[in-house]
Amino acid sequence: QVALLDIDICGPSIPKMMGLEGEQVHQSGSGWSPVYVEENLGVMSVGFLLSSPDDAVIWRGPKKNGLIKQFLRDVDWGEVDYLIVDTPPGTSDEHLSIVQYLSAAHIDGAVIITTPQEVSLQDVRKEINFCHKVKLPIIGVVENMSGFICPKCKNESQIFPPTTGGAEKMCQNLNVPLLGKVPLDPQIGKSCDKGQSFLSEAPKSPATSSYRNIIQRIQEYCDQHHFQEEKII
Amino acid sequence: ERNNLAGVQHILLVLSGKGGVGKSTISTELALSLRHSGKKVGILDVDLCGPSIPRMFRVQDKAVHQCDSGWVPVFVDQDKSISLMSIGFLLEKPDDAVVWRGPKKNALIKQFVADVAWGDLDFLIVDTPPGTSDEHISTVEALRPYKPHGAILVTTPQAVSVGDVRRELTFCKKMGLHILGIVENMSGFVCPHCSECTNIFSKGGGEELAKHAGVPFLGCVPLDPQLSQSLEEGRDFIQEFPKSSAFPPLAHIAQQILDGMSQQSS
Repeated sequence: QVALLDIDICGPSIPKMMGLEGEQVHQSGSGWSPVYVEENLGVMSVGFLLSSPDDAVIWRGPKKNGLIKQFLRDVDWGEVDYLIVDTPPGTSDEHLSIVQYLSAAHIDGAVIITTPQEVSLQDVRKEINFCHKVKLPIIGVVENMSGFICPKCKNESQIFPPTTGGAEKMCQNLNVPLLGKVPLDPQIGKSCDKGQSFLSEAPKSPATSSYRNIIQRIQEYCDQHHFQEEKII
Repeated sequence: ERNNLAGVQHILLVLSGKGGVGKSTISTELALSLRHSGKKVGILDVDLCGPSIPRMFRVQDKAVHQCDSGWVPVFVDQDKSISLMSIGFLLEKPDDAVVWRGPKKNALIKQFVADVAWGDLDFLIVDTPPGTSDEHISTVEALRPYKPHGAILVTTPQAVSVGDVRRELTFCKKMGLHILGIVENMSGFVCPHCSECTNIFSKGGGEELAKHAGVPFLGCVPLDPQLSQSLEEGRDFIQEFPKSSAFPPLAHIAQQILDGMSQQSS
């Protein structure tokens, strides 16, 4: 049973990617109902609260924090195995607030996404430091857009070149696990735009096996964690 | 009262609703192109959490100094034709995270707008983080008395990006910021081995959005590994790679901005 919470208040992408554009949130006695993609996948995003795709959410920090609190407090998620929180870029209000508000509930950890080039890594190192600062465990780093194989000649191009060793080198230096590398695949963007599951649409893509390996590693981390917690109890 | 922006002819903002679409890249290449046309350019980097501009000019190790009128911007070279201000220059260690809530960010942005001694500039380009929040509201409000010329919006071609940039257009309208046009970045990739073009991030979304919104379309910039490499190394792509695939559209964007200026003055 999975819950996906989108706290990117200014740029909520999750509804479109899940094929849920235009859906609205319903209220009931027990709170806000998530929008369900399938019986076991519920989603919440500010995107569902906006009436037009042109509506901009021009809010300063405190108002964004208020909505994030509501999402956590008032959404009736039910019994959930995994709550995944998608965040905007940065190390600011949304990030501080989500860590603060979830502190009582215990966060398993953070998955950090980067692309291979130094311009991206230099920001991701800051994000890793943010996690250390707020005592958020790091499950690991994913190197996205990692190389492109031309569909015609099958040669690989490093469109976003790992000039300083990519995520691999950074993870070595910072002693953080590298969960995997996902190559560029035009089908990924297409599936997201159409709101379809890339994993179902392109089961044979190298990107699909990358995703699946990464997901498996995340699940193993969470299972280990759970086991350790139970031992303590 | 001193006015550090008195010598600045035109203020341009580079915005996007979406992260990772290439705002800093477009800001950098626009500055380099304008410099090539003989203009003096400044870049104000108001991305406080992820300041990318210093590295793109290979000046990430430089420090900022004070003078009587405020902060002296960092010059990119002895030519002094491009100057920069970024929180990147103020960090003790490059990996230090700036973990600030809105009010603290707003205070620094106000300072950045008022207290940098830019001197005489033809263009001040303001590079922003993604979104429509504190940084954006504060920057536009602080710049309002200086009448910014307008905003360039950057998107990648696919719908997920365009969806956020639509909201940025609304932001501009609500804040009274003139929209100079939309750039569709990462638009297609030509394989250097076999010349096959693949639309990795789809194609056409930026152009369609411009049409739909009734704003100028400034052009498509393709994915260009030489451009990515130049940015990594802080090199002048416009000077060194005029034959590369991203050069013509980037030069064209700068030309449209310049044409817009001369139209305005006539």
